[in-house]
Amino acid sequence: MDIQQAKFEYLLRLGDSSLIIGHRLSEWCGHGPILEEDIALINIALDFVGNANSLLTYAAQVEGKNRTADDLAYLRNERDYRNLLLTELPNGDYAYTLARQFLYDVYTFYLYEALKNSKDDTIAAIAVKSHKEITYHLRHTTEWIYRLGDGTAESHQRLQTAFNDIWMYVPDLFDMDAVDQLLINEGIAVDLDSIKNSWNKRVNEVILEATLLIPTTAIKQKGSREGKHSEHLGFLLAEMQCIARSYPGARW
Amino acid sequence: MSDTQWPLWEVFVQGNPGIPHKHVGSVHATDAEMAIQNARDVYTRRNEGISIWVVPANTITASSPEDQGAFFEPSNDKAYRHPTFYKIPDGVKYI
Repeated sequence: MDIQQAKFEYLLRLGDSSLIIGHRLSEWCGHGPILEEDIALINIALDFVGNANSLLTYAAQVEGKNRTADDLAYLRNERDYRNLLLTELPNGDYAYTLARQFLYDVYTFYLYEALKNSKDDTIAAIAVKSHKEITYHLRHTTEWIYRLGDGTAESHQRLQTAFNDIWMYVPDLFDMDAVDQLLINEGIAVDLDSIKNSWNKRVNEVILEATLLIPTTAIKQKGSREGKHSEHLGFLLAEMQCIARSYPGARW
Repeated sequence: MSDTQWPLWEVFVQGNPGIPHKHVGSVHATDAEMAIQNARDVYTRRNEGISIWVVPANTITASSPEDQGAFFEPSNDKAYRHPTFYKIPDGVKYI
């Protein structure tokens, strides 16, 4: 595998995660618990889709096969997606959405902070812009974790259940392979081991402060690096891609 | 019918450094931190400004319409209170 191929894979991993979680959050549009939160969630969704657009546009360029960001977003099948498993999980109730979002926000906070130092100028530039957005996302979800965890008996229970259920998808966040190794050596990608401690520390701090328990599970779900996804991705893509696939080449 | 929503906060946004915060609307929020975030999400989507104030609506005291006569009409015909007899230099406007 050469550097360009590795970079293409890496950009898909970053871009697909943003695209898929952006799509999940957009499903809340018009259904948020209160007006202000509805707007907050779609703002965050838009941030992610914008980030996905930047990353997938660059990915298509690196691939050099004349595909566009839209081709990548709307015309691939499940096995070709490289998004983290966490991002494709269904929204569930509000606690479930926030638990998923919080774990992902802490992850992207440290990941993008490190990506600002990437030797690839485009990736570094995207990281600088995205990190400002991510800083706000993290602040927003953290405050919600505190209020729901240290809230009523019902909110506490729902949030604890959510964290317990999704904990098995954490190992997938820090999985690395030959693509990572090659790009880490080039100074382009981030060594995920280096952000794992920060992630653990921040997640533990907030969960405990929210009077919740840190979940434990023996199950370790992985596989997104090879395009091995949960049963949820297919349904998500069917909805997300159906217009583009029904009307090929259509324009607004 | 009582309002079962979260407390109401009035939102003020400052467009640029030095100029006054402007009232842009209100948000519902449980507390000050969420009020600031909600205001940021609802009222600063289009680069409206650089600073936000949120104030619990119930701490605002407003004059009532009945007061208008006594409060405001007397200042209608007091020309001596207006600085009309000299020109304010342009650069002074937003000091």
